[in-house]
Amino acid sequence: MAMSEALTPTRAPARWQDYVQLLKPRVMSLVVFTGLTGLVCSGHAINPVLGAVAILCIAVGAGASGALNMWYDADIDAKMRRTRGRPVPAGRVQGADSLALGVVLSMFSVMLMGMALNWLAAGLLAFTIFFYAVVYTIWLKRWTAQNIVIGGLAGALPPVIGWAAATGSTPLNAWLLCAIIFMWTPPHFWALSLYTSEDYQKAGVPMMPVVAGAKSTRRQILIYSLLFTPVCLAPAFTGLGGALYLAVAALGGLVFLILAWRLFRSHAGEAAGQRNDDGLYDVRAGAKDARNLFAFSILYLSLLFATLLGEHLAHLPPLELLR
Amino acid sequence: MSDPARENDAEMKARRGRNIALALGLVLFVVLIFVVTIIRLGGNVVNRPF
Repeated sequence: MAMSEALTPTRAPARWQDYVQLLKPRVMSLVVFTGLTGLVCSGHAINPVLGAVAILCIAVGAGASGALNMWYDADIDAKMRRTRGRPVPAGRVQGADSLALGVVLSMFSVMLMGMALNWLAAGLLAFTIFFYAVVYTIWLKRWTAQNIVIGGLAGALPPVIGWAAATGSTPLNAWLLCAIIFMWTPPHFWALSLYTSEDYQKAGVPMMPVVAGAKSTRRQILIYSLLFTPVCLAPAFTGLGGALYLAVAALGGLVFLILAWRLFRSHAGEAAGQRNDDGLYDVRAGAKDARNLFAFSILYLSLLFATLLGEHLAHLPPLELLR
Repeated sequence: MSDPARENDAEMKARRGRNIALALGLVLFVVLIFVVTIIRLGGNVVNRPF
């Protein structure tokens, strides 16, 4: 065996699937879902092809943000178990290629949104990509424990973009959908980080449990949960949600608060126990309460948006409790 | 020791897959722009003065 061959690590050639992975398809699916909800809830009749183009632009814009994030965060990703298999840290795709893909797709998605729908939606999409890639990824993520609180705005904007694409305006109800996702983000991500804080610490990312400790994080999760659940009820008062939505929001909110309270009373994030398998749902001993809130938060948000989507598609009347 | 011929085959296969995906993406984009243009112009397409 030649010496150079022995020293050179064998790298798998980049497949097209690796480039798809750069776009974070799972995040894209969530963004498509919330963007579609915003578009449908606007109640504005839109050409179905243009509606599909709007959702495609939101999805591609989210994918572009993911590619830019994977380019900049390759060094952190390489240190964390959850992310070290991504195409850039694994060496299957060059960082420069990820950057180029992100920039090109950002431009395509924003220009197409502007030409096919309107420039308000295109501007909001451009702002969302900029906010995620520059404000969150490059600036906040490595600098402050409030990274996901402020950065959460990028993930919360897709329903507003969908609404703007359909109507050319962004009324209060559009921003209410944004507020729900914005307030949901801190308890969701901090619950996750309570049982993955070792990874964040290793990578030097100042997540709340690493900076403020587990006890403070659990307290802040409870505070944000107390603020989040009333926001979820608000659509029933503003002519956005109907009776079914109110029932789902109230019952789900109650379960959310119970889980947040249990997490607050637990010792999650403190026990230095054994870890099981690799993966997102890996649970350190004593951190089951954190996992439960994390898992339920995904279900709750999905149910809220699915109920709103279903009510509007079925033309069920909203409650308008304040009108 | 890895077989250079097999590595070359894998590289060729991966490149072919990337090229096909890129071609499909570009065709889809062209079709999309065409369809959007027709929808946006609407009835004005046939209302030209010639």
